[in-house]
Order: sequence, then structure tokens, then C-alpha cells
Amino acid sequence: MIRTLSAAAFALAAAPLAAAEAVTNFFLDNGMEVVVIEDTRAPVVVHMVWYKVGSADEPETKSGIAHFTEHLMFKATDTLEDGEFQRIVSENGGNDNAFTSYDYTGYFQRVASDRLGLMMEMESDRMVNLALDEDDIATERGVIIEERNQRTDSSPGALMQEQVRAAQFLNHQYAVPIIGWRHEMETLGLEDANAFYEAHYAPNNAVLVVAGDVTPEEVRTLAEAHYGVIPANPAITERARPAEPPQRAERRLVYRDARVAQPYFTRTYLAPERNRGDQREAAALRLLASVLGGSGATSVFGETLEFEQEIAVYTSAYYMGLSLDETTFGLIGVPAPGTSLEELEAAMDAEIAAFLEKGVDPEQLARIKAQWRASEVYALDDVGGIARRYGAALTSGLTVQDVQDWPGIIQSITGEEIVAAAERLFDRKNAVTGYLMQPVQPEVTQ
Amino acid sequence: MIARLTALVTLFALPAWAEVDIQEVTSPGGIDAWLVEESSIPFTALELRFDGGASLDPEGLRGATNLMMGMLEEGSGDMDARAFAEARETLAARFDFEAYGDSVSISASFLSENRDEAVALLRQALTQPTFDEVAVARVKRQVLSGIRSDALDPDEISSTRFYEMAFGDHPYGSDLAGTEESVAAITRADLETARQNALALDRLHVGAVGDITAEELGLLLDELLGDLPASGPALPPRVDFTLPGGTTVVDFEGPQSTALFGHVGIERDDPRYFAAFILMEILGGGGIESRLGFEVREERGLTYGISAFIVPRDLSEMILGRVRSSNETIAEAIEVTRDVWERTATEGVTPEELARTQTYLTGAYPLRFDGNGRIANILAGMQQADLGIDYIATRNANIEAVTLEEVNRVAREILLPDALHFVVVGEPVGLSTTTN
Repeated sequence: MIRTLSAAAFALAAAPLAAAEAVTNFFLDNGMEVVVIEDTRAPVVVHMVWYKVGSADEPETKSGIAHFTEHLMFKATDTLEDGEFQRIVSENGGNDNAFTSYDYTGYFQRVASDRLGLMMEMESDRMVNLALDEDDIATERGVIIEERNQRTDSSPGALMQEQVRAAQFLNHQYAVPIIGWRHEMETLGLEDANAFYEAHYAPNNAVLVVAGDVTPEEVRTLAEAHYGVIPANPAITERARPAEPPQRAERRLVYRDARVAQPYFTRTYLAPERNRGDQREAAALRLLASVLGGSGATSVFGETLEFEQEIAVYTSAYYMGLSLDETTFGLIGVPAPGTSLEELEAAMDAEIAAFLEKGVDPEQLARIKAQWRASEVYALDDVGGIARRYGAALTSGLTVQDVQDWPGIIQSITGEEIVAAAERLFDRKNAVTGYLMQPVQPEVTQ
Repeated sequence: MIARLTALVTLFALPAWAEVDIQEVTSPGGIDAWLVEESSIPFTALELRFDGGASLDPEGLRGATNLMMGMLEEGSGDMDARAFAEARETLAARFDFEAYGDSVSISASFLSENRDEAVALLRQALTQPTFDEVAVARVKRQVLSGIRSDALDPDEISSTRFYEMAFGDHPYGSDLAGTEESVAAITRADLETARQNALALDRLHVGAVGDITAEELGLLLDELLGDLPASGPALPPRVDFTLPGGTTVVDFEGPQSTALFGHVGIERDDPRYFAAFILMEILGGGGIESRLGFEVREERGLTYGISAFIVPRDLSEMILGRVRSSNETIAEAIEVTRDVWERTATEGVTPEELARTQTYLTGAYPLRFDGNGRIANILAGMQQADLGIDYIATRNANIEAVTLEEVNRVAREILLPDALHFVVVGEPVGLSTTTN
């Protein structure tokens, strides 16, 4: 098939499975968790520090401060000049970057494995020694506003999804975009950044993930020398965020924008996430997403709406299982010319109803599970990907054991469990449906 | 004490790429390939590249090669699209078919346990696609949806306008997806012709990495590719980059303007290539250490990102860059970009910038070789660019051999501030269409 531009924008990749990688897990005395993944194929190492803080941990009226702080972490510290961190990584032939999500903020470098100590020296330095000034704030705030312009405000689809998410969560801060609301971003200042940094950046709120050509002993020695000497922050406690109340009313919205070339609709349902020691419901939902909308040619939606009825150019179902708190299960439908959004939405609902009636095709489920098994083999080829999987899981409330149990749980899920999970999920009171459309054309009078 | 440590930074003495042991393989049927055996994970990544790509589209049928590549997994032999997908999923093989301006690529990964079946399935897709009427109509709807989306996407609008002005009627002057009209006109026979044209053995480059021996690979390639045409039609002629310096504004509603900019460049086999590559890393490599990244993002906060790079295409060469900034500040971002371009051309780079960039480029190079699929891509790409099999071993020495005098001479020769043309899409304040 041809992946259209809009289809690419929807590609919410599901994390591949954990595999038989060599993983070691321990804690430093100050509470910092460490995960080591050995892969000796190349003399390269990925060094990551993940903080258990994301946009859903921001104070009120300060949306965007988690992501802003991530940007500011590349500024001067007590020992490093502005920009020196990245310069040193480059001078050592490395690449580095950082990312912010609802539940975590991560920093990583890929370098030759003999530079691991240097990376730890710098990363531990900026964990506690950041030294921001007003100039940093003024220029970098311009950068994040341009980032919002580029990623969100220039994209009608992103603007609609922002509205859908805001409507989905009635009480939880997942309603607020990671990048922030523009009017609040514009007011973020030095005190806000320093307060956020001091409250959340500490070893007992961080997970170190090192993957590549290293031994656990080497990592332990280096980590104790660099991170182990930083005292824990006793003020940091387990995150407890506002929970969603029962959702009692379906929400529907229409976002119109002159830049919309291809209308589509999306619907999200509030859904349970993967939980510590309790991942069966999430595994069933993950498989449900594959069964309904995982592949253009062989999923329920692809077969019926794209192939048989020819009323959609693209369909998808996705599930974001890695999340600290309640998450979402989503549907997307892009209509073929001549089909309205209402017609496609009704047809997709009819397919869901028929699926609940008929259950899962055992051959389809067997193929999906075979691909999951194979994905464990393919995943071994990307040690950085395995490192990200552990980092994201351990900052989303899961343990190393949960990550390693997940593939087996997926294989053990039955068709009946998938249908039962679907029946619990598909309650429109928990759902938001969004239409992305062109503006209403004013009537032309003669 | 970080400053002290940085002083200890040295060039990589022991190259990691010494372990990338490339074998030249020729199949019994005469197909050449480069292979790296890597048996620790039980699968193989295979990268096939055929030169020509969308440049081979016949006149009036722009988009034929792209549509054809999209159809290869939509039914072949006695399988329809669904049967093919089911077969592929059962084998857990991964196939990716892509069309580019100068080539088409087929990327495949398959498990050792069912390699023969996966190869047979891929062979069927390449040699016996059915181009079934219903499937063609369905994929055309997907292509047309993409074309309509691109028409309202500011980045795509800027690219389309830039290349149209630079290359006119040459295939480089239009998007490889085609237009609504040209895609509608493509017939089943056109798709079969496009397949024969695009998948010709005399334009093939093969990279393979994984759990497979040279002998096994040779037999596999004959089985997989033996029935493809021996040769393809002539490529279009070279084309000159004719866009004069200046600014083109395309009105488009939104908070931010996007600018694609550039001028003529140099060929991949130009003896100045390594110097030019280093120069562009200093000038416009993506990070904040580059001159443009520092001046436009880090110092002034005008953008989330700016970059500039050499684009040596097969039939013409460019130096291109992109920057996005608010409508109120895009004029300043462009002015700074022009100033940095001018200053770099006339004053050159500093010894520190050169040394730092050489260290970065040589150190980062081995990091690219970190997975079977990625190494297979590099092997195929090296052959496409006509680089020798010793390129990997000599590349860092070539980077290190470039002198300050050489980089600065090349900067004077190839950076042409007056020739820069900016295509700006948005509602830019203080900019209008001009020609130098």
C-alpha cells in the first residue's frame, strides 16, 4: 500500500516485545535504579537517564514547563558552559538528544563504549548543577514556541487531537498538551524552571539505562562514582495524580480548518493501562488493536472498510498501554471520496458490533502472535530500542519483571479475553469523537 | 572537572568498522552483492536498490513508478492483496517497497527458520504482480489522498515550488507521486511497463547482512531476481539548476512560515566532496553547534531547527537548507542565514571548528553500523554512489586529511550567497517575491 501523509502522521507505533536480551537490574544506595542491557556486537553504548516526571506532573498554569526544562538542561551548569554538553558529546563522536512525555523526561547519548564515564560525569553534573539565567529563558522560550508552531499550530490534525485529548480527560492532567498551551508557555520564567528542576531532578527520581558493549560491573562502578555520590531528595514521593471521575456523557467535537485537505475522524476511549503485576487486560487491548486495525489488508477494519466496502482510504486502531495512569484506545478513519465522516463512523461502529458478536478469527490471532514472536528476534537488532522500552516502562509504573513478562502474557491471551476486554472498553460514555473538516463554505448568492 | 577530561579526547585509534567485514559475492547467475555475515541473531536483512526510480516515469505518467512500487504487495501470482498479506504475516517477514527520485528500493527482513518461503513470496511480488483493477483503484485513492494533503502542507508546497522553478519539465521539477490527473491516467499496462523499467538487473545494487553465507546468498539472489529484465531504458539527461538568487513568497495561512532555500551544488565524485561535506556540517549540521544552528536558534531563539546540506542527486546537484520561523521573525531568520552564508564564504571556518567537526564526523561514523538493516542500507548506498569496497576503511582518513586551507577554498567556491533562493510559504512579514 501507499502510506499517505495523513497515514504517516497517525503512525502511533506500538512498542515491540521484549526479547531474550541480557538484562541486569539494581539500585544505587541513593535510590537511583539502574538497568544494564548487554550487546557486544559493536563497541558502542547507549546511555540514558529517565526522570519520573512529565507534563502530567506540572503545576497549574505552568503547562509546558516539563518540556521547557528539558530544553534548558542543555544550558550552562556550574562546571559546563552553555552548549558545552552537546559540544563535548560531538567531539567524542557521539549523538545526543532528549524527549519529554506525559509521564517521563529522558536524556540520552550514543557513544563509543569507552566514553561512558565521560557521559555519566556530564549527565550527573546537570542532574544537580544547572545554572540558568534570564537570557537562557528568553531565547529558549522562543525556540519552544517555534516548536509548538511547527508541530501543532501548523498541523490541523495535531490541533484536533489536542482538542480531543482535552475533552477526554475531565480531571487528569493528561488533558494538557506536553508542549503546553501557548498562552501559558509565553509566561514561563526562570523561577518556574528552577522550581520544577529542583523539585524533580534527583537520583531517587531517575532511572539509568545503559545498553551496549558494557558489563554490569563496569556500569555499577561508574554509576556509583558519578550518580551514587548525589544525595537523594527526601521530598520526592510516589506520584499521586487526580484520578478520572466516572465519565457519564459521550463527547463529540468538530474542528474546522482551511488547511484540511483530507477530512478524517478519530475516536478515543478511556482505557486501563499496563499495571505492575497486572497486565492481562492491557495485553488483550493491545491485541484488540491489532485485530481491529493493525494492518491494512488483514485487520477487521482494513478488510471490511478499505477492501470490501471501499469507503475508507485508511483505518487504524491503536492502544497506548505504557502510561502511569489511565490511558486511551483510539480509532481512526479516513474516508474515501464520496463517503462522509458520518457514514464511515457508522460503518466502523457496525464492524465493532459485528466483531463483538462473531469474536476473533483464530487464524488471524495466530498470525498476530507469530509476528509478535518474530518481533522479539528483530528487536534484538536495535539495542537502543530495547533500552527505550525499559526506560519508558520503569518510569510508567512498571518493573523489569513486568517488561520481561509482557511477551509471554501476549502469547497467552485468548480470543475470548480479547472480546471481553472489548466489551468493557467500547462504552461511548467514555469516548470522545472528533471530526476534522474544512470550514463551512459560505453560500454564494447571485 | 569536565574541561580537563575533554582535553584527553583523541581521535578514535581503533576503528570499530574494522569489524564490518564485507564480502564481495557474485551469484552463479552473475548478480553482484556485498555481504556482511552476522549470525548472532537468526535473521537476514536484504537491501535491493535499482537506479533510475521515478526519473524513469514516461511523459504524462508522472507517478507511475511510485504507484507501481505501492502495488507490489497488493496481489501477485494467484494471491490477492489479503492473501499476500496473510502469507507474509504468517512468515513474519518484513517487506518494504519504496520509490525515490533516483531509485527504487526493496528492503526485506526474514527469519532464518523460513527464509526459503519468504524469498519465494518476495519473488512472486517482484516478478508476478497482478496489478488487479480493484487493487489499483484502491491504492490510487491512497495516492490521491496524499497528493491532496501535500497541496495544503506548507513544507510540501515549498518543495514543489522550489523544484518546479529549478528544474521545469525535467522529472526533477515535479513530485514523484504525480498529480491528480497523471495518476488517474495510469493504466495496468503502464504499471507493468514501469515495473520492467524500474527493476532492471543492470541497475541493481545489493547489500545483505545477517545469518546467511556467501553461497546461500548467491543462490537466494538467483532465485529471487533471476527473472527480472536484464536492462532498462535510458535515463533522462542531466539537468542544470537554473533558479536564480532571490525570494519567492507563497501565501499560506498559519502562524509560522517555512522556507526551503538553496543553490547549485557539487557532484558526489567531485574531488572537493570531503571538504564540502565537512564545510556543510560546520555551516548547517542539524545541531546547535553548527553556525546556522547557533546564530538562528541558540542566540536568537528564532526557530526550532535549521539545517543545510549538500544534495548530490544523480542528474543535478544542489546545496539546500530549511528553516521555519514565526511570520513576524522569518525575515530576520533569513537575513541571519544569508549573513552566515556570506561570512562563511568570505572568511571561511576556524581551525577549532574544523578540528571539532573532523573529530565528530570520524567518531560518529562507526556508530552508524549498529544493526543488520542499517548496515545493509549502507552497503547498497555505497554501491549506488560508486564507492569502493574499501570506502569504509578509508573514509575517516579522508575526512582527517582535509586541511583548513582546502575547506576555506571550497567555501569560497561553492557557497554562493547571491545565488541563494528562498521559497517562503506562510504569511511572512516584510518579505516579498524578488529576483537577484
